[in-house]
Amino acid sequence: MRTAINSAHSRASGNPGEASTVAPGSPPEPVLGQREAQTRARGRADEVVVADVALTADAAGALYWPQEGLLIVADLHLEKGSSFAQRGVLLPPYDTAATLARLAQLVARYVPRCVIALGDSFHDGGGPARLGDADREQLRLLQKQRDWIWITGNHDPEPAANIGGTFGGALAIGALTFRHIPSGETGEVAGHLHPVARIAHRGRAVSRRCFAASDRCLVMPAFGAYAGGLNVRDAAFADVFGTLAFTAHMLGDARVHAFAARHCISD
Amino acid sequence: MRAFTPVFRRAMSSHDDRESSAVSIPTDTLDVSFLPEPFARWFAARGWRPRAHQLELLAKAQAGRSVLLIAPTGGGKTLAGFLPTLVELCERNLSPRAGRGRPLPDLFGKRPGEGASEIDRGPSPGSAFHASPPSPRKRGEGRRSGGLHTLYISPLKALAVDIARNLETPVAEMGLPIRLETRTGDTPASKRQRQRRDPPDILLTTPEQLALLLASADAPYLFGSLRRVVLDELHSLVTSKRGDLLSLGLARLHTLAPGLTTVGLSATVAHPDELRRFLVPQPIDGEAMSDLVVGASGAAPDVSMLDTAQYLPWAGHSARHALAEMYDLIRKHKTTLIFVNTRSQAEFLFREFWRINDDNLAIALHHGSLDVAQRRRVEEAMTRGKLRAVVCTSSLDLGVDWGDVDLVINVGAPKGSSRLMQRIGRANHRLDEPSKAVLVPANRFEVLECRAAIEAVAENTQDTPPLRTNLGLARDWHINAQAVQGRPVGALDVLAQHILGRACAAPFFADDVYVEVRAAAPYAGLLRADFDAALDFVATGGYALKAYERFAKIRQTKDGRWRITHPRIAQRYRLNVGTIVEADMLKVRLVRSRRSGQHVPRGGRVLGEVEEYFIEGLTPGDTFVFAGEILKYETLVENEVYVSRSTATDPKVPAYEGGKFPLSTYLAARVRAILADPRHWRALPAQVREWLEIQEWRSLLPPAGDLLVETFPRAAKHYLVCYPFEGRLAHQTLGMLLTRRMERAGLKPLGFVANEYALAVWCVADVQLRVARGEVSLASLFGEDMLGDDLEEWLAESALMKRTFRTCAIIAGLIERRFPGEEKTRRQLTISTDLVYDVLRKHQPDHLLLRAARADAATGLLDIKRLGEMLSRVRGRIIHKALDHVSPLSVPVLLEIGREMVYGEASDALLAEAADELIKEAMR
Repeated sequence: MRTAINSAHSRASGNPGEASTVAPGSPPEPVLGQREAQTRARGRADEVVVADVALTADAAGALYWPQEGLLIVADLHLEKGSSFAQRGVLLPPYDTAATLARLAQLVARYVPRCVIALGDSFHDGGGPARLGDADREQLRLLQKQRDWIWITGNHDPEPAANIGGTFGGALAIGALTFRHIPSGETGEVAGHLHPVARIAHRGRAVSRRCFAASDRCLVMPAFGAYAGGLNVRDAAFADVFGTLAFTAHMLGDARVHAFAARHCISD
Repeated sequence: MRAFTPVFRRAMSSHDDRESSAVSIPTDTLDVSFLPEPFARWFAARGWRPRAHQLELLAKAQAGRSVLLIAPTGGGKTLAGFLPTLVELCERNLSPRAGRGRPLPDLFGKRPGEGASEIDRGPSPGSAFHASPPSPRKRGEGRRSGGLHTLYISPLKALAVDIARNLETPVAEMGLPIRLETRTGDTPASKRQRQRRDPPDILLTTPEQLALLLASADAPYLFGSLRRVVLDELHSLVTSKRGDLLSLGLARLHTLAPGLTTVGLSATVAHPDELRRFLVPQPIDGEAMSDLVVGASGAAPDVSMLDTAQYLPWAGHSARHALAEMYDLIRKHKTTLIFVNTRSQAEFLFREFWRINDDNLAIALHHGSLDVAQRRRVEEAMTRGKLRAVVCTSSLDLGVDWGDVDLVINVGAPKGSSRLMQRIGRANHRLDEPSKAVLVPANRFEVLECRAAIEAVAENTQDTPPLRTNLGLARDWHINAQAVQGRPVGALDVLAQHILGRACAAPFFADDVYVEVRAAAPYAGLLRADFDAALDFVATGGYALKAYERFAKIRQTKDGRWRITHPRIAQRYRLNVGTIVEADMLKVRLVRSRRSGQHVPRGGRVLGEVEEYFIEGLTPGDTFVFAGEILKYETLVENEVYVSRSTATDPKVPAYEGGKFPLSTYLAARVRAILADPRHWRALPAQVREWLEIQEWRSLLPPAGDLLVETFPRAAKHYLVCYPFEGRLAHQTLGMLLTRRMERAGLKPLGFVANEYALAVWCVADVQLRVARGEVSLASLFGEDMLGDDLEEWLAESALMKRTFRTCAIIAGLIERRFPGEEKTRRQLTISTDLVYDVLRKHQPDHLLLRAARADAATGLLDIKRLGEMLSRVRGRIIHKALDHVSPLSVPVLLEIGREMVYGEASDALLAEAADELIKEAMR
C-alpha cells in the first residue's frame, strides 16, 4: 500500500501564523478590519465572476461579495439532527451548533454588512421552534450589527418567529439575484442542489462539496453540517447550466480547487 | 439401506477401523450399556460404536454439566453434541406413563401433537405480541408436552440446514418421536409464527435468529422449557461481535430456563478456557468454567512445501511461477482444494488454471462475492464428486462435509498455524488417515512463513487469537472504563442492541438486566457506569446535550421499568438485529459495452457483488478481474455496477479487498526466529538461503526481539525501511503515524508502502545523515507516544476510522441498515455517517459510539493494539544499519510500490495535486 503524505500534516504540526492553515472548526479568530480580513482570506478562496460581478468563493463553503460586504451561505439545514430524532433516528444534536460555529468564523473573517441564508436554512418547518437556547443565542449574536436575510426554501417555505432577520422569496442586488431553487437565469446565485464534485486521480477518486459556477450563474454548496450532496454530473445541473460549460470549485481543507465540470466524474 | 449422510459417516467408526479406534480408547469408557435400547440397537445393527469423547460428553451432560468439546475435524463432534439430547428425548418418551412394554415402532410412530387435544396449544396467532406471554405448558407429563428442548446455534445458515437434514435420517431410523426444525432468515413467516406457538423439540438456528426470538414477548414461553443449547463452531463465533451478541442471548436464556446446560463444539484452539467461560453464567465475583472433553487427535497431517524448480519471485502473491507444478498435483489427485487468501488471488489462479487446462479437468471457483446460486452449484457438484479442484478463499474454511478431498493446496502465506490446520483438515475427513497438504509460497518472505507454519503444525501449536481483551493503551485511549486488564471486553454497541431487544420483549428493570448481562463472560467485568451509558444511548442517544427526551425510544414507567415508547421501535429493531455489517455491496451486472455517447444498455446477468468502496475508487473505463473474467467498469446505476467484458490483457486495477488476514503474532515470532538463526536456514530452498546470506553480508539479520531499521539513498530519495513483521494493517497504521512524526522532524516524507513484514518510507531529507549527526533519534521516532496525539489527529480524518464508526452506529441502532429494493430512496435519505462522525468527534469525544469505534479500531482495520505491543517490545532494541544502497531484505517491500491500490487517507493532497497537474497541462 502506497500513500502520498497528507498536506494536513503541516496543518497538524501547526504553522499558526499562516492564514492558509486555518481549518474549519478551529476557534474563531479575533475580529479584524475589513481590508485586513480580506487579505488574510486570500489564498483559501477563489475569485469567481458571475454576470461580471467578482465574488470570493471561500473554502468553508460561503460566497463573499466584497463590494457589497455581503456574505452568502446556502442550505444550512439547521436542526436536521432533531428532525431525524423526531422520526426515531437519534443523530447527535450538535449539527446546529457546528454549522453556526463555522458560520461565526466566516463572519469574524469577513465582517460582512449583511448575511444572506439562501434557503433551506432549517431542515423543516418545525426547526426554528426546536432551536436550543445556546444556538438561538449564537444566532442572535451573529445577527448583531448587520442585516440578516432569510431566503425561503422548499424545506422552510414559511417565515418563522424568534429567529431574527427578514424573510423573502428572492432578492435582487445589482446584477445578481439570490434565490433558493436555481433556474439558470443570468446573474442568479442559488442553492438547493447541494453540488458535490468527484475527481479521479492516480486510480483513486475524491468527492468534495463545491460551487458550481459558469460566468452567468452559480450554485452554492450546502453549508449545513449534516447536508448531503448531489454529483455535479447529475442531470439537474445540466438543466441549470444547459451544458457542461461550468466549473466545479471544490472545497479543499485549506483552499478551493477548480475543475472543469467535464473533468469531474459521476458517482 | 440408504447411504448415510455425512454427519454420521464422519461421526462413527465402522467395523473396518474398529481395531484402530479400540487401541487408542480405554475400554472402560466404551461402556455403551447406558445408551437407551433404540440407540444400542441402532448402533449394533450398523456395526458401529460411539467414540470415547462422545460417550464422555454424554455422561457429563447427563450429570447436568455444561461441556466444551474440542475435537479435530472428522472427530464426530456434531453427533456428540446432539447425543445427550437425543437420548433424553428418547428416555422422556420411554417413561412409564408413555406406556412401557409396547413395541417401539408403535410407540414412536405417532407424530407429536396428534390427538393431543388436552395440550395447551399456546397463544392464537393474533396474540403473538401480547405483553404477557401464555403460561408454559406443564412438563413431564409423559406425553409430548416438553416444549423446546434443545437449541442448536451455528454460525452458518447453510450449516444449520445441513445438520438438520443429516439428523433426520437416524432419528427416523431409530423411530424417535423427535421433531426438529430449522429457523433462518429464509424460513417463511407462517412457519416462524407456528414455531413460536408450537415449538419443535430441537430448533436449529443462527445467533441473529436467537436475538430475534428473545426480543419477542413469547420468549419466556418459548424458552421456559429449554434444557440445552448446542453451540457449533464456537471457536469461530466467539472472536467477533456476533459472539458478544450470542453471549448476551445465552445470559438471557439462563434466566428464562434456570436449569439450562450448554454444549460447545470447537476445533482445537489456543485458549480453551476462554470458551469454557463463555458456556456458563459467570458469578458476580470470580469466574466459572464448563467441563472440558478433548477428543483424540487424528493422524498427524502430511504437510510439505512445494519445492519449486522455478525462479522464486521476490514479491507478489500470484504464485504464477508454480502454476504448472500445481496443475500437475491436481492431475495426480482425486479432488484438490486450493485455498488462497484473497478473492482476487482466487480469480487470478482460476483464470490461469483454465489457460493451461489441456486435460479439461473440472476446476471450479468459490468465494464470498460470487452469486449465491453459483456458489451452491459448485458446492453441490463437489459433494457429488464431480469436481477435480476448487479454487477457494476462506469461504470454505468452515462448513459442511465435502466428500473425498485428498489434497489441500494452500497458496501464499498461511497467516496462522490454526488457520492452516483447519484448512488442512478439509482434506480427508477420516480421522485415522493423515490429511495431505502442500504449501505453495508465492514469494521469498512467504517461504519463511510457510516454513514456520510447517514447524508449528508439526508441534501442533495453536495460535487462534485470544478473545478481545482490555487494552493496555495510553490513558486517553480509554475504550472502556473497565479496570481489569486482560479480560474479554464485550462491545458496547452490541450491548446497546441487546438492551433495546430486551425492551422490545418486555419492560425491564435496569438493575435486573445489569445483573443478567454480567453473567455473560465478555461482559462479566462491565461497570455500572458503562451499562448506564449504553442504556442512556438506547433511550435518548446518550448525548451530553439532553435535547431528545421527548423523542426517547425507551422510557421509564412509573414503577421504574424501561419500556419502548412505540410498537414501531420493536418493528425497526427486528429489521436491524445482528452484528454483521457488510460493507455496502453493489451488484455487478454484465452488460454490453457502451459505444461512445450512447447510454449503457440495462439488464444483463448478475455476476456477484463487490464492496461499494472498491467501486468508489474506480473511474469508468477501468478494468478489474471478477468472477473469472476481465471486466470494464461502465457506470453505476443506483445500487448496481454495470460492467462489460474487456479484452484488456493487463487489468489496470489489480485488486479488491476481501478476506485479507493479518499474519498471526505467533507465526510472526517464529519467522523472526528463523531469520535470526542461520541454523534454521538449512530447511529452506537454496534461492532463499542465498538471499538471506547476502542480506547478512550487506546489512544484517535482526536478532529475534529487535527491530532492524535500514536507511539508504536511492534515485535522489532517501529510504527508511523497518521490519516489524506485524502484518499489513499494523504496518499501515505505523506508516501513517511515523510519517507524521518524520514530517515534524523536518525529514519531508513523500510516501510509504507496507507489506506483511516490512514498512518502507521515502523522503526528501537525508535521514541517514540526520541520524548520524544526532539531529533525529530513531528511538523517539518509534516512540510509543505516537499512540497519543499523533494517533488522535490521524483518526480525525481517517477513512478507515469512519468506516469502523459506521459499523458501530449500525449495530448500536443509531442508523439503520439498507434493505434490498430501498437503496434508491435510502441513498438520498440516509445521513452520511462520515458527517455524523466529524460532528460527534468534535462535540462529544467520549460518546459511547466513539468508544466502541475506538475499541474496534484497536484490533480491526487499524490493528492499533498490535502496533502498541510492537512499539513496547522494541523499546531500546532498535538496530540502525546505514547502507549505501538497497538491501536484499528490503527489495520485496519496495517492489510493492505502485502495485497496490490505496484508499483514501490523503484525499486533500490528492485533490491539490490533481488541480496542479491540470494547471500545468493547461499552461504547456
